[in-house]
Formats: sequence, C-alpha cells, structure tokens
Amino acid sequence: MAKSSARRGWAAVGLAASVSLVLAACGGDDGDDETAGGGETGGGETDCAFAEEYGDLSGSTVTVYSTIVAPEDAPLEASFDKFEECTGATVDYEGSDEFEAQLPIRIQGGSPPDLAIIPQPGLLASLVRDYDAVIPVPDEARANVEASFDPSWIEYGTVDGTYYGTPFGANVKSFVWYSPSAFEDAGYEVPETWDDLIALSDQIVEDGSIPWCAGFGSGDATGWPGTDWVEEVMLRTAGPDVYDQWYKHEIPFNDPQVVEAFDTVGEILKNDQYVNGGLGDVASIATTRFEDAGLPILDGNCWMHHQASFYQANWGEGVEVAEDGDVFAFYLPGIEEEHGNPVLGGGEFVAAFAERPEVQAFQTYLSSDHWHAERASHGNFVSANRTVPIDAYESPVNQLSAEIIQDPEAVFRFDASDLMPAEVGTVAFWTGMVDWVTGASTQETVDAIEAAWPQ
Amino acid sequence: MTAAIPTPALQDELATVTPATITGRTRKRLTSRWASLVALIIAVLWTLPTFGLLLTSFRPERDIRTSGWWNWFGDPQLTLANYDEVLYGGSSLSTYFINSLVITVPSVIIPVSIACLAAYAFAWMRFPFRDTLFVAVFALQIVPLQVALIPLLRIYVDTGVNGTFWPLWISHTIFALPLAIFLLHNFFKEVPGELMEAARVDGAGHVTIFLRVMLPLVTPAIAAFAIFQFLWVWNDLLVAITMATGAQDVQPLTARLAELVGSRGSTWHLLSAGAFVSIVIPVIVFLLLQRYFVRGLLAGSVKG
Amino acid sequence: MDTFEKFGQMALAVALFVGVMGAILLLVGRARRRADLWQSLAFVLPALLLLGVGLIYPAVRTIYQSFFDRTSDEFVGVDNFTEIFTNSDMLIVLRNTAIWVILTPLLATFIGLVYAVLVDRSRVEAAAKAVIFMPMAISLVGASIIWRYVYEYRPDQQNIEQVGLLNQVLVWLGMEPRHFLVDTPWNTLFLIVIMVWVQAGFAMTVLSAAIKAIPSDITEAAQLDGLTGVRMFRYITVPSIRPALVVVLTTISIGTLKVFDIVRTLTGGNFDTSVIANEFYTQGFSLGDTGLASALAVMLFVLVIPIVAYNVRQLRKAELR
Repeated sequence: MAKSSARRGWAAVGLAASVSLVLAACGGDDGDDETAGGGETGGGETDCAFAEEYGDLSGSTVTVYSTIVAPEDAPLEASFDKFEECTGATVDYEGSDEFEAQLPIRIQGGSPPDLAIIPQPGLLASLVRDYDAVIPVPDEARANVEASFDPSWIEYGTVDGTYYGTPFGANVKSFVWYSPSAFEDAGYEVPETWDDLIALSDQIVEDGSIPWCAGFGSGDATGWPGTDWVEEVMLRTAGPDVYDQWYKHEIPFNDPQVVEAFDTVGEILKNDQYVNGGLGDVASIATTRFEDAGLPILDGNCWMHHQASFYQANWGEGVEVAEDGDVFAFYLPGIEEEHGNPVLGGGEFVAAFAERPEVQAFQTYLSSDHWHAERASHGNFVSANRTVPIDAYESPVNQLSAEIIQDPEAVFRFDASDLMPAEVGTVAFWTGMVDWVTGASTQETVDAIEAAWPQ
Repeated sequence: MTAAIPTPALQDELATVTPATITGRTRKRLTSRWASLVALIIAVLWTLPTFGLLLTSFRPERDIRTSGWWNWFGDPQLTLANYDEVLYGGSSLSTYFINSLVITVPSVIIPVSIACLAAYAFAWMRFPFRDTLFVAVFALQIVPLQVALIPLLRIYVDTGVNGTFWPLWISHTIFALPLAIFLLHNFFKEVPGELMEAARVDGAGHVTIFLRVMLPLVTPAIAAFAIFQFLWVWNDLLVAITMATGAQDVQPLTARLAELVGSRGSTWHLLSAGAFVSIVIPVIVFLLLQRYFVRGLLAGSVKG
Repeated sequence: MDTFEKFGQMALAVALFVGVMGAILLLVGRARRRADLWQSLAFVLPALLLLGVGLIYPAVRTIYQSFFDRTSDEFVGVDNFTEIFTNSDMLIVLRNTAIWVILTPLLATFIGLVYAVLVDRSRVEAAAKAVIFMPMAISLVGASIIWRYVYEYRPDQQNIEQVGLLNQVLVWLGMEPRHFLVDTPWNTLFLIVIMVWVQAGFAMTVLSAAIKAIPSDITEAAQLDGLTGVRMFRYITVPSIRPALVVVLTTISIGTLKVFDIVRTLTGGNFDTSVIANEFYTQGFSLGDTGLASALAVMLFVLVIPIVAYNVRQLRKAELR
C-alpha cells in the first residue's frame, strides 16, 4: 500500500505543525473561551480559528464507528462538518445495531475503525484488556478534558492506570417523565420527596388509574432500564460510598443493602396496582420496549415513567416537551436525607484504534469545548463539558440535565452496570432484572448475579 | 442463510424412478372439499403475515401505533410517507443499491464458475483421493460462517484489499462453494456416460467435453444455483456488516437499511417500509425466475 | 468511489476472473491427453485453495481454540465443554437447539408434503405453489420483522387495541393477549414457526416433483384395490417418496442448525430462546470469550456429523450403482 504510506508522510508533517500550534494555544488560559465562541460567531462563513491547531489534514480520512443509528446519526454527522470543512479531512461515519459484536470482530480481524464511540466504560476496559488494541488518549485531548470536565470523567475513561477514552455525550437518568397538563387537570403535584411519590402513586390508584409504566425491552440489551432503577434506589438508600463499593465488588452483589434496594424498587415495579399503565401486568415490563414504555402517558393510561433525559427523542412529533407542555420530567426524589439528592447518569467515550495524526487530531477535537458546543447546537445531546452554556441546549430537558451535571454540589454517579465487568454489567445484571420482574425473588436474583461475577 | 438445495440421495432416488406417464393418472386423490379447504388455509396462513406488514407500511404512522392493519378496511387511508422517510430520509439509497448490485454480480459469477470446474472434475475425472476430497467438500457445509469472519478479515487486511469490494466477493465465493460444488456435481453426474464416451472417442479432451458437452446440459442447474446464490448474497447482512468497512463506498442496501431502521426498533412505520424496500427486489427476481429455479432444482431429479 | 468507478471495478473483477479461468482452461486443453493429474488439479485446485483458506483453516483453528481460555492464551483442556454441559443457561441453549433441529424439519416437511399433495395438478397449482414458495426469497431478517408484527403484544386494557394479528385473534376469541416471544418455553415454538414458514416452500417443491415421479401403474393398482384419500397418502405416496423425504429433512436440519438471524433479531437470545449459533456469536464477539464460543461451534460440528454421515452413505451407494 504505497499510497497510504505516502499519505502518512504528509500527515506527519501536519502533526508536527499542529503540535507546535497546540503548544502556542496552551500558552494563554483564554484559549478555551475563544474556541467555545467559535461555533456561534460562525454565521454565514465558518470561522476556522478553532481548527488551526489541527493543521491541514486534506485528503485524510477518519473512520468513526458507533451504536448511534438513524435518526440520531444525522445531528451527529452534522456536528463533524466544521472539522471536515476547516481541516480538509473526511470523517467516514458508520453506525450499527451490531456494534458490540462487530467491534471485537473488526479489532481481531485487524480492521478496527479509527475511532469508536463506546457506550460503556466496562466495554472500554474489556477492549483494552482482551485485545490490547486501544491507543491511549493524546496529551492535548487529555488537557481538554482536564480543563472542562469533572475529574471523575477522566477516571471513567481510565483502565489500569492509562487514560483511553475521552467523554462524548452524557445523560442524566434520574428523571421521571410525566404529563404536566394531565397532572394539572387531575390536580396532582410534582412530588418532592420519596414519600410524596408513593403517596401520589396511591392517590392515582385510588382515582382508578395505573400510576407507573415501565419497559425493559431493548433487543439483546434487554434489562438495562431495570438496572437503572436499582442503581437509582441504591444511591438513595445505601448512599454513594456504598454504591462505589458495590460496582467495584468490594461488597458482594447479594449484600443485604442491595437486597433492600431491589425490594424498594419492587414496591413500585412489582406492585400490580402500580404497573403497567397501558402496557399490561408486571411481567409485561420485561417485553415492553423501553422506547414505547412511556408513551401511554400521552393517552392518559399511565402517569409516570422513569427514564433518562434521552427519552425525549421518543415522544414523537407534535408532542411538546416542556415544563408547561404535554410531557416533561421531574427529578426522582431522594429517600434517605443523609445521602442528599444523588444523580445517576451515563455517557459515551471516544476510543482510538489508530495513531495517525488525523485520528489524534479528530479525537482531540471531539474532546474540545468547540465540538461539545457545536454538537449541543444540533440538538438532542447533553454534554458533561462545563463550558457549554446552558442556553446552547435547545430543549428544556437538556437544559435541566446540563444544569444538573454541571452543578458542582450534585452527587453525580455513573451508571454502575456500565462500570461493572461485562459478564455482570451487560449480561447477568440485565438478565437478572428480566428474571426478577417476571417472577424470580430478590434473593434468587442477587445470588445469581453474584455467582456470575468473574473471579 | 439456509441451504435449501437437494442432496444426492434425492437426486439419486428421483433418478431411479421410472418416469410416469402423467396423463394416465386419475385426478382423484385428496381432491375432496376438505382437501381444498386445508390447502386454502395453508395458503392464507402463508400470505397473511406478509400482507399485513405490507398494508401497514402504507398506513399513516399514528394509525400504525394505535390499531392493527385489519382496521384499515374500516378506515382506508394510504400514505407513501413511510417510504418517503426510509428512502429519502437520510442519504439517498441509490448509492447502496448500486453497491448491492456491484457486490452481487461477481459474487454469483465467480463461485458458480469455480464450482462448475470442480464439480465436473469430481464427477468425471480420475485423480487420487477424489472421493475423500468430495466428501470433505460436502462436509464443509457444516462450518458456520461466523467462525470464518475473523481469519478472513485478517487476510484481507494483510493483503491490503480491505475497504474494497474484494473481501465481499471473495467471502461470498468461499461460503457458496461447498453447496455449489456438491449440487452441481450431482447434476454433472446425471449426464449419461455414453455421451462422455462418444466425445472421448471423437478425441475430445476434458476441456472440450466440459465446455461443449457438459455445460449446455447442466445450464438449468447452473441457473437454479445462480438464482439461489443471488438471493443469498442480496439478502446477506452478516458478511456485509463485517466485511464492508468503509461505509458508503461498499456497504450494500441491507446494511444501510439496518442502520436506518434498526432491525430491533419499535418504529413500525419505518420497519415495515424498510423491510419491503429490502424484500421487493429479491421477490420480484425470484417470482420472475421461479420457473427456472424450480426446473433447475428438479432437472437432474425427474428425467424425461 | 463514484458509480462509474464501482461498475468499472466490478467489470474488471469479472474480466480478471474470466481471464484467469480462460488461461487455465486453455493451458489444460493443450496438455497431452495422458496428463490427467494435471488436468484434474487445474479443475479442482481453485476451489480447494479457497475452501482451505476460507473454511478449513478457520474450522481447525476453532477446534484448537475450543481447548483454550477466553483469550486463547492458556490451555484449559475440556473446561469449555464442561461449562456447556453444566451451566444451566448453556443447557437451555442445547435444549433449544435440539427442539429447533427436530421440530423445524418435521413441520416444514409435513406441511410442504401435505400442500404438495393437495394442490397437485389442480387448476391453480402454479399460483398456489408460488404463495408457499415466496418466503424463500425473503431474508431471514425480513421474515423476522414480518412475524414480529404478527406476535406484537398490547395489553388487555381500555383504550388499547391490539396491533399484532395473533393477539387480536385471541382477543376476538375472548382470551387474554399473550407475550408470544417471552413466555417460555412456548416462545421457542413461535420462533420455529418462522423457520417453518420459510422452509416449507423448499420441501413442497422437491416433494411435489417426487410425487409427480411416482409411476402411474402403482397408483392405479392401489386404486383398484380401493385405496383413496388419506389411506392412499399413507400407504402409497409417503413410502414411494421416502428417500426424497429423508433428504428434505436432513437438508432443512443442516440449515436449521446454522440459523441465527431469527433468534438474534427477535429476542436476542433472551427469555431462554438462545440457540447454539446465536450463543456462539454472543459469547465470541459481544462477550469476547473465544474459548467458550469455539466450543459451542465444535458442538455444532458434532451435531451435524450424523446428518453428514448419513448423506455420505447415500453418496457412496450412488457411486456404487
């Protein structure tokens, strides 16, 4: 392949140029503000100041692979446009339902994508440990993350002491979706405490309706919405410290505190009177696809649905998502006062499988303030980047999410199942939730998950 | 992804049966009223699922969400909006359509040609270990192609053809060979030995016999296998998503549709339209060429 | 690459291929008649080379890896196989595979046979056959989508209408709608229905030809003896086409063992529906356990051996004739 090595030579020149530019840019602290502003001042002509550090990458191609398929891929690809325009590089994007299986095949076949957007830190860790194929994050990108993100985001992307994944999107899971207009008509108030939440549920039952709807279905990832429920309650009953011990397996999965969290969730999800509005009985939770699970709220068959901020994309056209609109979300209240109001969230990470300068440049760009602001402007996205102004987000839910993530007081915790080893986090915990909601007892469930933990 | 071609025992058995004089047979068998009813029920069961989804793909999104397709008869509303969204929603599908075509044509021609040569050799040439080798080729049908993905991909990467159409052409060729050789062998075998001998006496070598005598005789079988292979390649998703790296350049329609609608999503308005976009070509081809397919399938089996 | 370039590449590939094949044939054709071995090699070698690289090597590699750990670093003996036969989830996978490979061929063949007999030489034979035949042209992913819509579940509550046909039928009959793809163990049967739907056309075509080939003197003699209807079917038709039946059964069995798209698309192997081919993909690729996945693939080889052995025996008989 003479062609590609020649290209490599040219690109190397570009890298040398870009490194010196980065060094120059890092001299002043105001670099951040400049680049963040670049996205907005663009107007008609694209302002390419942000891209100077990447140099001229004309003729080079970066392949990006992820789980994100239509319709979410359109705004994502649009957010790459400015980079392509200003550096001359081409970003070749591919999304697949089969990402989790195909990525290892491609890695082992010697044909990995240049960059992959990895939805769980646990998957990143197994890719690093099993295949030794992930390239550590370039220093400039790390500097970007250190400057604009909470330090914990570095930790999520770190495997065995080396930093491999830069933060991409983020989401807040601690939301309960409801219909403000329906609440108003029925005279219900948004609950501020867990007790209020239960009291409201009882009230709805008394009024002859079913308060909750839920759905764990998600293809071969079926069960994950259930793990979110348990994690939320775990944070609220046992507290963040025990939560950390739990996902690190410093306490066993069948610890009494975990059992308590399951049972607290069970008071809602396994309560025949509380579920499953518009969808069926308790067992129907296992099969209802998570995308569909909140929709009965629109028809008045259900009142509350716990799901992350990204669920707003599922309401469909013509549904107004706003505090005084058709649907909106309230914060899932805390339980034990001593643990405050914890926030559960998740996010994706960008990992590189090639060291070519254009790949490093693009990974660096994806970690920059400029890209996160740019991506936010295309909609349906939340970033953990603190420099992205709240009003850059177009939707009220995303603004709320961003506020919560950026709040230094919030006790933010990453989705535990995403941090657990894949055998548990993407298999046993998921199937455990399905079994649990279709009849298995809490003790059986946690024992089975504990048994699946790799030695 | 299934092998649906008769195996030798069938060829063999059917070939030994004395041809029936069909005209001599009576029309009475199970043709009672009950028999017609059972046949009708099976036919309806076999069509209804497809029909239901087809009708669904033309219904407005809101109707699809709230009621079953049979309600359409009470409230007949049709729309092309779902197809519009699938076909023109993202990038145009025509690129992928062309990719599918470019992938499929060589993926049919190459394995069929190679298999013809090998099948002829296994049927009519003498060489050491011939029968053992043939059994081995037959037995290779059992290898699930998933086990070959990583080793093949590695070879493509090492030889630098990754990202082109070659990995797809070569992979489809390899995966088709065991069945193709096996099937075509049976058809070559059916050709009467006297024809061979006559040609040999005339001084014809194997190449001449193969090209002049054999190929014309087994054309129906070749056509049948070619149609089968066309369906296989056109419908394939697994090889496509593994080998067609480089997205737009080489990805076939199936891979793009999977990306557009997600095979497991719950957006039925997109799923139904997407499914029919992918189904329409193979079904049309199949129905048009069905005669050749059936004839080829049976050419070697029912003589006369 | 633009369209022109793509078609150019395609033409080039075909031309290149035709050129190479032509050269081989030309060279062989010029060889002296006695050089049989060389001629044979030229005919067989292209196929054998491709098969060696693309199937034999991966198969051998898989067998080798089945005795190693998840990353193929450490020899673990038969641990992976022990795991398959002791882990309760794996046993369910084996059970499901057994159900699939027994039921699918039987049902598809039975329905194909009955239908072939029923429509044989009726006025609408061609059209009637096309109806059953058509699913063969649909990809398994497409077939899965079609059937998922049939099985779609909506709860039995006010304001909610069924959208899946099967559940609507249950409701019309006054029963509760069901989760067809979730309720074990019946969900496996509902998945099998899809494979039967696809394969019955194949069975019907082949068996129909076999039926047409039954000598008329046999049927006439039977009619003189007073055999009609079901008894005719039972005592004359079925025995006469027995070998064809066996072959259809074994062919569908092999196809069934390798099928994974249906399970993958509809349940992803959840709700106790996984089969070996699907579990191989999940374990080997999504979970990165090469050892266990390879052992599962070896199980597939082993399961198919009896079928292949049977066919090889038929093959041998044919050679002797």
